[in-house]
Amino acid sequence: MSKKDSEYLINRKDNQYEVVIGLEVHAQVLSESKLFSTSATKFGAEPNTQVSLVDAAFPGMLPVINEFCVKQAIKTGIGLNAKINKRSVFDRKNYFYADLPQGYQISQFKDPIVGEGKVILDMPNGQKEVGIERLHLEQDAGKSIHDLDPQNTFVDLNRSGVALMEIVSKPDLRSPDEVNAYIKKLRSIMRYLGTCDGNMQEGSLRADVNVSVRPKGSKEFGTRCEIKNINSIKFMQMAIEYEANRQVDLIEEGKTIDQETRLFDTKKNETRSMRSKEDAHDYRYFPDPDLLPLEVSEKFIKELRNDIPELPDDKKKRFIEEFKLSPYEANILVSDIDTAKYFEEVVAKMGKNKDIKLAVNWITGELFAVLNSKGLEISQSPVSAKNFAILINLIKNGTISGKIAKTVFELMIDGDKDPQTIVEEKGLKQQSDPKALEALIDKIINDNREKAIEYKQGKEKLFGFFVGQAMKASGGKANPQLINEILKKKL
Amino acid sequence: MLDITKQSLTELVDNIKNKKLSSTDVTKAFIDRSEKSEELNSYITNDFTSALDKAKKFDQKPNFNLKLPGIPMAVKDLFCTKNIKTTAGSKILNNFVPTYESTVTENIWNEGAILLGKLNCDEFAMGSSNETSFFGNVQSPIDKNLVPGGSSGGSASAVAGQLTPVTIGTDTGGSIRQPASFTGIVGLKPTYGSCSRYGIVAFASSLDQAGPMAQNVKDCALLHEVISSYDPKDSTSIDFKRNHYSKELTNNIKGKKIGIPKEYRVEGMPKEIEDLWQKGIQYIKDCGAETIDISLPNTSYALPTYYIVAPAEASSNLARYDGVKYGFRAKGENLIDMYEKTRSEGFGAEVQRRIMIGTYVLSSGYYDAYYLKAQKVRKLIKNDFDEAYKKVDAILTPSTPSSAFKIGEKTNDPVSMYLNDIFTVPVNLAGLPGISIPAGHDSKGYPLGLQIIGKAFDEQNILNIAYAMEKKINFKNKITDWWIK
Repeated sequence: MSKKDSEYLINRKDNQYEVVIGLEVHAQVLSESKLFSTSATKFGAEPNTQVSLVDAAFPGMLPVINEFCVKQAIKTGIGLNAKINKRSVFDRKNYFYADLPQGYQISQFKDPIVGEGKVILDMPNGQKEVGIERLHLEQDAGKSIHDLDPQNTFVDLNRSGVALMEIVSKPDLRSPDEVNAYIKKLRSIMRYLGTCDGNMQEGSLRADVNVSVRPKGSKEFGTRCEIKNINSIKFMQMAIEYEANRQVDLIEEGKTIDQETRLFDTKKNETRSMRSKEDAHDYRYFPDPDLLPLEVSEKFIKELRNDIPELPDDKKKRFIEEFKLSPYEANILVSDIDTAKYFEEVVAKMGKNKDIKLAVNWITGELFAVLNSKGLEISQSPVSAKNFAILINLIKNGTISGKIAKTVFELMIDGDKDPQTIVEEKGLKQQSDPKALEALIDKIINDNREKAIEYKQGKEKLFGFFVGQAMKASGGKANPQLINEILKKKL
Repeated sequence: MLDITKQSLTELVDNIKNKKLSSTDVTKAFIDRSEKSEELNSYITNDFTSALDKAKKFDQKPNFNLKLPGIPMAVKDLFCTKNIKTTAGSKILNNFVPTYESTVTENIWNEGAILLGKLNCDEFAMGSSNETSFFGNVQSPIDKNLVPGGSSGGSASAVAGQLTPVTIGTDTGGSIRQPASFTGIVGLKPTYGSCSRYGIVAFASSLDQAGPMAQNVKDCALLHEVISSYDPKDSTSIDFKRNHYSKELTNNIKGKKIGIPKEYRVEGMPKEIEDLWQKGIQYIKDCGAETIDISLPNTSYALPTYYIVAPAEASSNLARYDGVKYGFRAKGENLIDMYEKTRSEGFGAEVQRRIMIGTYVLSSGYYDAYYLKAQKVRKLIKNDFDEAYKKVDAILTPSTPSSAFKIGEKTNDPVSMYLNDIFTVPVNLAGLPGISIPAGHDSKGYPLGLQIIGKAFDEQNILNIAYAMEKKINFKNKITDWWIK
């Protein structure tokens, strides 16, 4: 539970307000074909090239459920620690729009495939549990394109019928930061499961955000507004920030908040009324008579359960126990499945005599820096986990110093070169022969007699000077630990 | 040899197989008669030229192993046919040419049959007289200015008038059985899930079933055998073992128990209908079967239930006809204006009425009182049948509460029109099979039908009962060819 000092409150004169947020996340199911047709779902295809007669709602066409999408939804439900409903019902949500060919969206209204669940967020001040209300399957609509022609709207039906999971949270979130953590956690879980790629730029993950405010300490909920269809975490946070302040201002002015649907204008950074409760659509939900209730057996669910990989929370726990990582380090490594994979591969390749702490520091330090500067994902890392492991081992067994390792790493980036080869070719091997180093140090002390005397008289700062001289004389290759030891002895 | 067009399907199949007739002979004969029968207005679209080509091709390379070898056949214009205009009797699909074939018609062509054309029907199958068709009224071959019934009015007219040897219709609340009854032919509504709905323009998805219409029970059985199939493209299609209905057909129904439901003796029902029913009971007994009085207590709720469920589903099913993707589009100032004009001009009055009823019963605040309640009553109606079938093998009722009426007689009284379906609707609500067979004539000489209702998937049984009764009844349809000059 978050502590007092991290509470997100909106302050006005004498009053403090708490913000209450619930999210309806629309996550595109990762699947080759659509929810009720066999059309492809590839992103970025030419308009209207992935459309079947079913997707375009031709007369007499009927939906047939894609079993794979059902499995994906159930797996996601398992990942959200949720109740899987053995019987669920597809309903029709009726409304007219040019990019909705059937004149209704097939969704699940009263009986969703997944019931209540929960996710755990790691906030700076500890863990926070967020309740999941439900997850249901539904069809996506097509896309209306208004800006290609002055007179006409064009419609692209490639997305029409693509499977979405709507994940509805309980109103448990209290700040933009928690929303950030929640979305990231959902995305992380779904990417671990392979049920949604979580790509927000491509619209695979978007959310409707419900915001209300209430005086701090109040148990009752305020009137909420729903901000529709936001596809970036940053915009969600900005929208919440704006909307919460707007609502607080209304209350402070003694006005009431109207329950309504609003849109977030990303350019002006403000939310605008889209339609009021009175204008709300009457969707005339009713069970789709073209589809029988969806029934799944205990065995079907069990098989999917057995198929669930280690999820971020469990992996984190294991990393802490097995590799003695701090919760902070473990979090960084597990939040993205590809980072976790990379890390685990490095650990495996390091062999018996491994230094996991060192590997973690290097991944979160040097590797992340390179990926950041090049704008790459870890799955596209220019340094393979295998060569990365060799590099860490070279540091660990004293073949090269940490400093030299940075030089080697720079050289590895270009073409994923083997660090061993680089060290040999460039002669970067650390000088660890005590006799040679003693001779080198003897010469330095000889050349700097006066300073040596000053040191002995108590000017301890000068120790660093001698280390520096020794490293310089060795061309940076001297084993710094040995240098230290020998200098202490000789001075 | 008998006139080609007067022969039954079974006779035609035999004659083609025995090479007494070619497909071309048969196809030509039905085309000739169809061309002479324009006044019936049975067809919306004909495909005669290519039908003749197909017949010639068949004769060059005949395959006599097929069940419908080179048999020409016109079908209701609710079945999507590849490259042939499919209108559902509506202006809104006046220009619609599917690129695909319905499963049921595909099954028919796969057995060697040849498409003659598309038959008139009530708009989106909503009607009981074929008067709601955008393409005009259909005349009954029985008498001038008499309705053929509906919604499969063109189909009934075409079979009774011998423009096609057999045909298929669709039945949502009686649309096969009622016109069959009005025109003196046989019509079967199969168990829900027996025939695929893929490629059939939808009216009410939970009630719609395709079925055969024929001059006799054997033809009906043969055609049903062809069209009934499990289809993974229809999620409500049921994978059960289907019989060889025509081969297994028998008139031995000794010992069968037939229920007579007292609730079908409705107020105001003409004595002629009651008498017909009594005659039917006697026929049953003559066949060595037993009749048992039963009760289906919720029967009186069937019609109101139907007129909530069917329009509700229709209001949603017809939302796709919006002028955006295909079909008729009216020009509008903006999207909403285009929708309103397209749908106001594209749909006829009855369709609009049902869309409005359906929209109303599904809207929030009314859903529980109407749609949800109707679903509960539907369950009760089904339970009534389940209960009855513990005691009986099938149920005998009249097909309709009256014989055919004149064109225009009920146009301005939708409720009286809806009452036509009073005996057929419960069967759709319960998802059961029902067959109407011609059983006599009223005082005006118009045909009257009896309905045999079976258990789910028990088509063979009701076909057998119908077959046995048909032999006893020995019905002769009085077709005077009044429309042929």
